[in-house]
Amino acid sequence: MTSKNKEILVSVKNLKKYFSVGSKSSLKAVDDVSFDIFKGETLGLVGESGCGKSTCGRTMLRVYNPTGGSIEYNGKSVHKLRGGELKAYNKKAQMIFQDPYASLNPRMLVSNIISEGIDIHELYKGKERQDRIYELLELVGLNKEHSNRFAHEFSGGQRQRIGIARALAVNPEFIVCDEPISALDVSVQAQVVNLLQDLQQQYGLTYLFIAHDLSMVRYISDRVAVMYLGAIAEITTSNELYTNPLHPYTQALLSSIPIPDPRIEQSRKRIVLEGEVPSPINPPPGCKFVARCSKAKDECREQRPELKEIKPGHFVACHLVK
Amino acid sequence: MSKKLLEIKDLYVSFDTYAGEIQAVRGVSFELNKGETLAIVGESGCGKSVTAKSIMRLNPEPPARFKGGAILFNDEDIIKKTNSEMRAIRGHKIGMIFQDPMTSLNPTMTVGKQIIEGLRKHKKLSYKEAKKIAVDMLKLVQIPNAEERFNEYPHQFSGGMRQRAMIAIALVCNPELLIADEPTTALDVTIQAQILELMKDLQSKINTSIIMITHDLGVVANIAQRVIVMYGGVIVEQGITDDIYYRSRHPYTWGLQNSVPRLDIVKEETRLTSIEGTPPDLFAPPSGCPFADRCEYTMKICRAKMPPFFEINEGHTSACWLNHPDSPKVDNPSRVRETGNSTENEVKKNDQQE
Repeated sequence: MTSKNKEILVSVKNLKKYFSVGSKSSLKAVDDVSFDIFKGETLGLVGESGCGKSTCGRTMLRVYNPTGGSIEYNGKSVHKLRGGELKAYNKKAQMIFQDPYASLNPRMLVSNIISEGIDIHELYKGKERQDRIYELLELVGLNKEHSNRFAHEFSGGQRQRIGIARALAVNPEFIVCDEPISALDVSVQAQVVNLLQDLQQQYGLTYLFIAHDLSMVRYISDRVAVMYLGAIAEITTSNELYTNPLHPYTQALLSSIPIPDPRIEQSRKRIVLEGEVPSPINPPPGCKFVARCSKAKDECREQRPELKEIKPGHFVACHLVK
Repeated sequence: MSKKLLEIKDLYVSFDTYAGEIQAVRGVSFELNKGETLAIVGESGCGKSVTAKSIMRLNPEPPARFKGGAILFNDEDIIKKTNSEMRAIRGHKIGMIFQDPMTSLNPTMTVGKQIIEGLRKHKKLSYKEAKKIAVDMLKLVQIPNAEERFNEYPHQFSGGMRQRAMIAIALVCNPELLIADEPTTALDVTIQAQILELMKDLQSKINTSIIMITHDLGVVANIAQRVIVMYGGVIVEQGITDDIYYRSRHPYTWGLQNSVPRLDIVKEETRLTSIEGTPPDLFAPPSGCPFADRCEYTMKICRAKMPPFFEINEGHTSACWLNHPDSPKVDNPSRVRETGNSTENEVKKNDQQE
């Protein structure tokens, strides 16, 4: 995959998002993160809970204002958009949420949930609007009759489909999928992932796929970024990441995932990380991973490694990888 | 030979609700030997947690109701026990680890006090003796600074440490049986790996039997010796781990295996095979096979009659009509077989190298 000649859709530049906790300390949820998302691709963003992956996705959709840095969509900084341009961006970028139980308003009919965006952007009116709702429902594998029901009448997988229909209603170009499948059962996860892939092919959508399930991320993503404690540790194509992980954290993360095959699973050697993710409040200088890294050197404690391109398209932030 | 610790015979559990009777568990039978690790897999609502909680009698009764069957723990029927008899078993002979370490610890008690509660009650130890054992237990589950941590509250612990504390509570009385209800689902993968290693390590030290409830086939492959696959309130397949993974004879097990992408296989361009549809309604469970509506091999008999257990191999049984001698021959869908074969080859290769 040659990423050079592809068109950049979203460009995250030195993004920082700090939350203040108390008067003197700040929680550095996202600390100087940069990456690009190309048009039509799926970028997977993985990491453990608290690593800042959701904050990153939300900041891209202007849920948060960044503390520093910028996010450019088609070359324009999204946090500087105003008026008509802002409305246009809100239409182009949509989000699918993690919890299909909490993200649908229990007092609204499915048809109103889906059409809210259509009404705000005044895309369709009257009969056209009704047809569009039916079309969307059928697109995500539900049917017309479902439009006059409430969210509680649906199962988790069906609710997630409603969430997807809502995101698609305004013809977006870019969708942030924030752990869209982690609340679903295994057999239903595959249904939703297949649906997301079909829609991507049909409409040429660009996804930022946030998840902690690395095997699913590998399956759906073209490129994968691994985050640790607010910083990107490694970013490359998904096959390269899984066959040739360079950052010690990526290696440990990959080896901790159990493989559903008893012989492989019971015979393989595991890198079990000691300890837990340290607090992102006032993190120490130097590499974020240094406290749990078995290969850490003095250099790692003093200076934070930059994200360097080791091979074409393979970026790693580690002093030890050269 | 290994001795039987637990035997469940034809267990039926229902919940009486205003909307009607939910038949959550419908005729489940299995055995557990001493020192064995058994995994129960299935989707949410398949009855796996209800079965496990029945062993501890933790389902609130009512609405839960035992409709039939027996749970023999050391040859005594758990269902016939009174509340006070159960209290002598819970936490003493049987320990349990719950899914969510955030909500299952008492926030108003120090972690230490929660650990020694069982010791004081069941073993009649003095505070001092109990504290010594509890601190040792905290060390055993690898909590650093155990003596200081003993006096801390659950909110001062991180998620992984809370789960360790819960394991300490469950194991402190040296139970004969440990029930782990999705113990790692709420944890991150690196912490999950730590906890699984810890559980295996402790099992070899204390020699307790484990029932592991999970929906993660990877976790099962890591820890279990035997696997039970449940669907719609019944067991659909059971056998030793290798039989279930490499020689499964039930379409639901195939579906489960094929719907998870594999990390160790180079990215396939093919689609994931999903199991279409949703699990059956347990208010009115089907009279035939519960999986018939979602199964691609459904025959007439599947809807009419519940399949019996066909014995495939010693200890490997599958409740599917496809295993009847008169039914059409259906093989495992390719991917399962391929991976099975490839691993067998790999194992052979490794053997040769050695």
